[in-house]
Parts: sequence; structure tokens; C-alpha cells
Amino acid sequence: MKNDNLTIADKEFTSRLFTGTGKFSSSDLMRNALLASESELITVALKRVNVEDEQDDLLSHLNHERINLLPNTSGVRTAKEAIFAAELSREALETNWVKLEIHPDPKYLLPDPIETLKAAEELVKKGFVVMPYIHADPVLCKRLEDVGVQCVMPLGAPIGSNKGLKTTDFLEIIIEQSNVPVIVDAGIGAPSHAAYAMELGADAVLVNTAIAVAQNPTEMAIAFKLAVEAGRMAHQAKLAPIQQHAAASSPLTNFLV
Amino acid sequence: MSEFREIFDQYTWDDSLQSIFNKTESDVLRALGKEKRDLEDFKALISPAAVPYIEDMAQISRKLTKKRFGNTIQMYAPMYLSNECQNICTYCGFSMTNVIPRKTLTDEEILKETAYLKSKGFDHILLVTGEANRTVGVPYIKHAIELIRKHFSNVSIEVQPLDQNEYEELIEAGLYAVLVYQETYHREEYKKHHPKGKKSNFYYRLDTPDRLGKAGIHKIGLGALFGLEDWRADSFFTALHLKYLQKTYWKTKYSISFPRLRPHSGGLEPKVEMTDKDLVQLICAYRLLDEDLELSISTRESEIFRDNVVQFGATTISAESKTNPGGYTIAEESLEQFEISDERSTEAMSAMLKSKGLEVVWKDWENNWEA
Repeated sequence: MKNDNLTIADKEFTSRLFTGTGKFSSSDLMRNALLASESELITVALKRVNVEDEQDDLLSHLNHERINLLPNTSGVRTAKEAIFAAELSREALETNWVKLEIHPDPKYLLPDPIETLKAAEELVKKGFVVMPYIHADPVLCKRLEDVGVQCVMPLGAPIGSNKGLKTTDFLEIIIEQSNVPVIVDAGIGAPSHAAYAMELGADAVLVNTAIAVAQNPTEMAIAFKLAVEAGRMAHQAKLAPIQQHAAASSPLTNFLV
Repeated sequence: MSEFREIFDQYTWDDSLQSIFNKTESDVLRALGKEKRDLEDFKALISPAAVPYIEDMAQISRKLTKKRFGNTIQMYAPMYLSNECQNICTYCGFSMTNVIPRKTLTDEEILKETAYLKSKGFDHILLVTGEANRTVGVPYIKHAIELIRKHFSNVSIEVQPLDQNEYEELIEAGLYAVLVYQETYHREEYKKHHPKGKKSNFYYRLDTPDRLGKAGIHKIGLGALFGLEDWRADSFFTALHLKYLQKTYWKTKYSISFPRLRPHSGGLEPKVEMTDKDLVQLICAYRLLDEDLELSISTRESEIFRDNVVQFGATTISAESKTNPGGYTIAEESLEQFEISDERSTEAMSAMLKSKGLEVVWKDWENNWEA
């Protein structure tokens, strides 16, 4: 099969499964599961790490040649705080990649589109590779593209809900219109959801809760890896069209001779 | 802008209690079967009719907690800064009329306590005082926050209720959360237990979370002190308070604590006993009402109780707590606010959590972002 790598900014990814580090029952278990997933881009909440501590438990468990760290700004409420957090992480973690998450609502952690757009514009100017977590809003995606983000990360369902793709109709429009990679983030609760997102044409998916909270996180990580590969392959192979109608038994247009 | 008292005054204690006791088995089953639950469901779940369903509630609670919080438990430690107090609270060891040695920590002492707690791994701290506005007023609390801010990622306080502008000042200094329990939502009983001091003003305390919300605080901790009045009615009012606050101050996060009366010097016998079973029912009912709510269980509770509730609802715990100023490193024998029950070391708590497949989260905030 020909090279089907995903390129975002200056990096090329073999795996289209991005993962996260929250909710695991131990750092060892997290490491095992994430390595089994073969994920190459792994997001970590800045608020969870002690950037001044070189022995930080979370970071030291993510130390692996295949793993690229994607710091996220979870916990910030405004563009100003997000920019501050991103700069702190660039300095401490030596990466200019940032997953931009601004949720003033601490309950459902829903992203603030206005602050996100503001912060994205500023961060792009400051030289960051910005991956914004947003609602499945096609217009917002285009606006973000205009200010120079390197991908968009629309949500499939409320974060942590495991409900699957509740925003399918909007994701389809986003995928159709986007000039930057589309990564479905949040809400993916089962490998079948991930496969479906990939079949729709998403460039990648980000999965955390569904792996971390599974009875067996490592096996679930492998299941997601396979599902993402299967979904991608199906998308590339072009799915057969869904038959919308049966041939009518009493044709209506036979008079057109 | 509105305040909670306007909603609170539309309810009476007796009617609310009656309505909880009127809930039937079918109300409970309906509440169990729903995906989103409201305050009527909450009443059913804390009612006597739900008692046969506590195991079912715990199973659902465990699933919801795992989904939202994963296999993690957040750890914090309280640091008592002062036991000076000008209030009379019938149930509290710091009460003004208790003849005990009073102590307020100096800078040097605060830093000594800080160093000890840091060495144990703590990164989220809760500062606690009595109410002595002249010696332990806003300037003292603000100074303490500034003093320890660089040592802890997350600073909370449990002190006397303050005005909105005072909260704004403390937030500016690095404050993350405020815990303020109503003690009881029963107006007359409240008066009996708080006969003297600023705390005797029921409504000023009731509207404290409103002032915090207006000041833009990150997190508010609510609760009632169980033992003063019927726990079911007090919990209904706490949940009513919570739902109002969540709608009004939607950028703020909320937590619930479950203090039960503990022995202390000059102690008051609980008027209403709340059993372990009652408390389990309540913890599960809160989780079923709100899957995102932080539920905090302190060292007031026993080892066996804590070992179990961390598996199906609790999200936040403390360990090795001292409830007297300087208790960790300075005045080991001075007077405590109450006796703790779970006396295990922090290391032992971590090991227990680990053995249950739970990761201890020491740090889940970064207070430098708002510098």
C-alpha cells in the first residue's frame, strides 16, 4: 500500500490515532496502553504536570522515541490564560505544538468559540502549531483556517461522554470544506465510533476516556488502533454507495416512451 | 442580580421534608432509570424509599464517576492557620467560650508547615481559620496566600464568609476555591447553634456563594454539617443551592463535602444521627444527580468507610490531616477543631488507593497562568 501518512505542520504521522493521558489507574498502565496503541501524538494537560520537575511522573512515563507530546491548555477560561499557558509549555516542554482548549464551563468542558478564535490567531502569530478543540461548527472551522491553524479538532459528542458521533451531519460538512486536517476529538467511546469517523473522511481521531477507563486499557488501545486503520482503509477504498431506494414495482415514469 | 435567598424563601423546611418522605418506590425506580435526573429524582434517591436500592445506586454511581473522573483520586491537605474565633458555635472546638490555648501561625510557622506538606507530596492546599476579623482578617489571609502561592499549585480556603470585593482581592492574590458550608439550612436551628458572633447572621452566610460567584471564583465547596438537623432536608436544600448556583455562575466549578459531627473538646451530641449507610446513600444520590460534581471525603471518616467510597463516588480526599494550627510540625499537642478518624499516613493512603487501581492525582491545576 502506498504511503498514507498524515502530515500536520512539520510532522508526519504513520498512526492516525491520537491519544490522551487522563483517567488511567496508574502511569505504568497508561504507558503500556499508549505504546500498544502505536499513537504518535499524545496530549497531556499542562495543569497535571510539574514543568519544573525533570522527574515528573507523567512526563517520564511518556518518554519514548515514537511519542510526540501535545500539551493542552485544559483549565484555562480565556484567550489570555491560554496564551500564557502555551508560552509556558513551549518553554518548559520544548515544543511549539499546543492543543488549544478553552472551556469557561467547568461542567461539560464545552469550548468557547470566541476565545478560541482569538487565542488561535495570536498563537499562530507567535509561531505555534495550533490544534484547536472546538464545536463541530463548519463556519468556525473556516474562520480558524483563515487565521492559520494547522488542523481543526471538532467534537463528536460532549467530552468524556463516550456517546459517539452525535455531530455527524456537521462533521461531514467540515470534512468536505476543510483545507487542513480534521481530527475528531471528544465523545468517541468505542472502536466502532472511531472507524465510522475515519470512514466519513476524518484525517485522525483523538481518544482518551474510552481507552483509559476500559477494563483492559491495553487491549482497548489495540482495538482502537485496528479500528482506525480499518476505517481509514475503507475510506480510501471508497465505500459502496448506500442504496437509497428499491426499484419500484409499479413504475411511475413508464409513460415516457 | 438575584441571590439564593429569593429562591430559598419560597420553600419551607417542613414541606420539603414531607415531600422527601412521600417519595415512593416507583419514584425511586423512575429516578434510577433516567439518564438526566432533577431535584425531584434527588429527593426520591435520598428518601427512605430508596434504602433497598442503595446497592443499585452505588453501581450506577461507580460507572458515572469512572466515566467522568477515570481511575483517579485527587489529594489535598488542610493547613489550620488559626484557632482564634469570636463566634459561638455549639458544635465546634474553636468556639469562643471554649477555654483553650489560642494560636495563629506566623510566616515562619506557615512556611515550616508548608515544607512538611510539600515533602509528603501535597500540591493542593486548604487553608483553614476560625473567625477573628481583627487578627485573622482579610489582610492576614491574603498575606498567607501570597506566602504559599509559589509552593502549591492550588490554594483553597475555609474561613469566615467575606464580601465580594474581599474575595476579588484574594482571587487576585492566587485563591482558587472557597469552601463555605451552611451548617444547616434550618433557620431556627441555625440560630440556636450560632447564638453569637458574625456567624449568627443566617442570610449573610446563605448568600456567600453568590458573592463568590460574582467575584468569579474558580470553585465553590458546599455542604451541611450533619448531626444538627435532618440530613435529608439539609441535603435537599444543599442540592437546591447547588443547582441554582450552577445555572447562575456557570463558569464556576462546585464540590460537595459531607462533614458529620465528630467529638471535640466541649462537644455537642448529634441531635440527628447520620449512619454510614445514610452517607453512602447521599453520596450516590449526588453522583446520580450530577456526574461532574466533585465529592470530597475528609479524614473525619473512618478507614473502612473511605476505602470503600473512593471506589464508587468520592473524587477528592485528604490524608494525615491535622485540625490544629501548627499541627504538622509545631504544636502537635495544641487543641484540635475536631478529632479525625482516619489517621493513616499519606504514604499508607496512597498505597491503599494504588491497591484499588486508583491513581493519586497530586497536581491538577496551575496557578501561574493567571499571574
